[in-house]
Amino acid sequence: MTSEEIEQFQESLRKISEKARDFGLDFYDMRFEICPADIIYTFGAYGMPTRYSHWSFGKAFHRMKTQYDYNLSRIYELVINSDPCYAFILDGNSLIQNKLVAAHVYAHCDFFKNNQWFGNTNRNMVETMARNAERIREYELKYGRDKVEECLDAAMALQEHIDPRPHIGKQGKKSVKPQKVTTPYDDLWDIGHRKEEEPSKKVRKFPEKPEKDLLKFIADNAKELEDWERDIIFIVRDEMLYFWPQIETKIMNEGWATLWHARIMREIQLNEEETIEFAKMHASILQTSKMGINPYHIGLKIWEDIEKRWENPSAEEKEKYGRPGGQGREKIFEVRATENDISFIRNYLTRELVEDLDLYLFQKVYTKWQVVDTEWEKVRDGLATLLTNGGFPYITVEDGDYKRNGELYIKHWHDGRDLDLYYLEKTLPYVYKLWGKTVHFETMVENKKVLYSFNGEKIQKVNL
Amino acid sequence: MEKSFIVSKDDWSLHRKGYIDQQRHMQKVKEAIKKNLADIVAEESIIMSDGKKVIKVPIKSLEEYHFRFNQNKVKHAGQGSGNTKPGDVLGADGSKGPGKGPGAGSEPGVDYYEAEITIDELAELIFEDLGLPNLKEKRQKELVTESVRFRDIRKKGIMSNIDKRRTILESIKRRAMHGKEDKHITPEDLRFKTWDEDIKYQSNAVVIAMMDTSGSMGPFEKYIARSFFFWMVRFLRTKYQHVNIVFLSHHTEAREVTEKEFFTKGESGGTRCSSVYQLALEIIEKRYNPEDYNIYPFHFSDGDNLPSDNEKCVELVEKLLNVCNIFGYGEIEGLYYNSSSLMSVYKKITNPKFTSVLIKDKTGVYPALKAFFKPKTDVFKI
Repeated sequence: MTSEEIEQFQESLRKISEKARDFGLDFYDMRFEICPADIIYTFGAYGMPTRYSHWSFGKAFHRMKTQYDYNLSRIYELVINSDPCYAFILDGNSLIQNKLVAAHVYAHCDFFKNNQWFGNTNRNMVETMARNAERIREYELKYGRDKVEECLDAAMALQEHIDPRPHIGKQGKKSVKPQKVTTPYDDLWDIGHRKEEEPSKKVRKFPEKPEKDLLKFIADNAKELEDWERDIIFIVRDEMLYFWPQIETKIMNEGWATLWHARIMREIQLNEEETIEFAKMHASILQTSKMGINPYHIGLKIWEDIEKRWENPSAEEKEKYGRPGGQGREKIFEVRATENDISFIRNYLTRELVEDLDLYLFQKVYTKWQVVDTEWEKVRDGLATLLTNGGFPYITVEDGDYKRNGELYIKHWHDGRDLDLYYLEKTLPYVYKLWGKTVHFETMVENKKVLYSFNGEKIQKVNL
Repeated sequence: MEKSFIVSKDDWSLHRKGYIDQQRHMQKVKEAIKKNLADIVAEESIIMSDGKKVIKVPIKSLEEYHFRFNQNKVKHAGQGSGNTKPGDVLGADGSKGPGKGPGAGSEPGVDYYEAEITIDELAELIFEDLGLPNLKEKRQKELVTESVRFRDIRKKGIMSNIDKRRTILESIKRRAMHGKEDKHITPEDLRFKTWDEDIKYQSNAVVIAMMDTSGSMGPFEKYIARSFFFWMVRFLRTKYQHVNIVFLSHHTEAREVTEKEFFTKGESGGTRCSSVYQLALEIIEKRYNPEDYNIYPFHFSDGDNLPSDNEKCVELVEKLLNVCNIFGYGEIEGLYYNSSSLMSVYKKITNPKFTSVLIKDKTGVYPALKAFFKPKTDVFKI
């Protein structure tokens, strides 16, 4: 981009940000950075410009960059949840593309700032990740690249198994025992009293409740790990915690950004040529896919539908739900503040939408991919299931001292979907590598309970 | 209103992180390939590729394993263009699996990884562990080829060889020393490239590829032999300027054939291996003087030889061993393999130049290459 083009872009940013404010969007200050393609794709692969190095990012980068080189896909921008909010914009974009991108980015930023699931995210993550990367770099110099890589390989294999909401459901845990102040003269008070029974006579479970945060549990309790290895596990976990809300709000967030970029662009003067280019780009974003769902499209349609139904409710809705009408804008801002993809789908993917959008569930039947459900409730619930736990299997640590031998017992909470057993067998060695002792993994295979174990040498499979 | 944004454009040319990690990934791919060489060496797509430089090698070990659902059993969500009904077929197996919609990409799709690698790169990996035993200096060493290389700079020379960059540099230096605004180039500034003569010794090798084409040698046996010769010739070409190959096929009689015939033509009848050794000796005598050539006879058979011929074979192999660098015998354990084979007869040959290998399946080709071309030059220097 020439300095003249940058000047033009800044001019349009003034208008776009003003329009966005008029619409009620509430965002952090923005930092737009114009980058060449390989840099955009680097950031796309790493998720963050400052992230640590790992070959898997290199693999992702290579794949994305190749697709770009062959003109198969294109990332127009990358926006970072931070304050101020960073947006990286592709140098090759035309001015009109950049206008759309900017409008899109402002809405993302509004979402990051106001959606409650992002409430606990670290808004200085750019700097935090830079520091993490630096520490990992130091470990490489100190302990050797291969050792660090082995540790990262293992931790990243388990990175989805964290607890994004540790505060929920654990209130009862805090037993309200007044903390005694200990002094050297305490035994004076005990004269004439019987000594209190040690409370730990009972067989203690460890962990007391099933622990979802596998990474934290391992980093806290594995016996053989070095401190730097624990640090690496916590780094991987922290970064996953940061990304988690983005995984959980993909449909809402992309739909929201698409809704607002379209509205903002409509308010801005475009000439004929620009209008066509904008329409083309907007349409390509909304392209649907037979073998998957496009979060931009579905998200946008649901947002529009919510706004419509609260703005002009039908007679039935008025009567049944007491919806007065005229609350469209208010409602969507409320939803954007309080919900995530699962509740968004559950609450607002209506029968009409499922039918209009022609959504369905499909499955492999023998050797073909076949549509199996089009009935709206099944589709809605099926979609919600796919989104559960970020799309990852739900597993917990059941016992950190299994067989009283310090072995690790993990349970997969089977919800009707079997695991990829080949992947399971390949992942268990990573758990073993971190835990340092035999690892057991309980799951269901074709309605039968099965226990997989890995003792450092081979996988064993036992029916339970 | 206050400005709530900043636009900037930095120089990113030093930001190489993506490329560095990509390299690390490629390095790991190569390590993985090296570990699986035995499987890859006899890969059909390679052996049958004539001149096609890039091949695809499926690499499994570079997947990023994690706990995930069985994609083949899960119900995925999709979107049609209207009126989709249960039972509609979206695609056959092997078509692109679910996962990657436009703009999506966070779903766990069917993720396999195919590494792309050129045959030359692959050859490099394979040849890393191979060496050329019993390398002899041949008479033709006196035949030298001369080539010219520019690698020296002098102050005198012919104008056509002027080194412009260095001349300008000299001129700048001189001016800087004198502090003069003189833009001329003086004769002292001139620098010329000059050449050295590069002498290379010509070395020649000839591979005598011999194969049993009797009825008991099926397509599988031929394929194994073919894979082996494919890599062997490539390997020898890295060591010699010229590698000639002579193809000899035999059943009870031997004859010289073209490459195509060698690998495709099957014949029936019994087997007399001595016939092909005899022919090999004749060809060496007529065309490839051992004084001039490094000779590599290799024979592939299923070992099913006429018993009365066995003694003569041993005798002729000994004769061949006198003139060649190494003699390789590969016995392919096919469908009709009989353990009382030629291999057991050859057990008594003690000449260190003789190597025999039993190949059971495709994965045996790489170990066979390693067995024939183990770097043992030091031990058996002649």
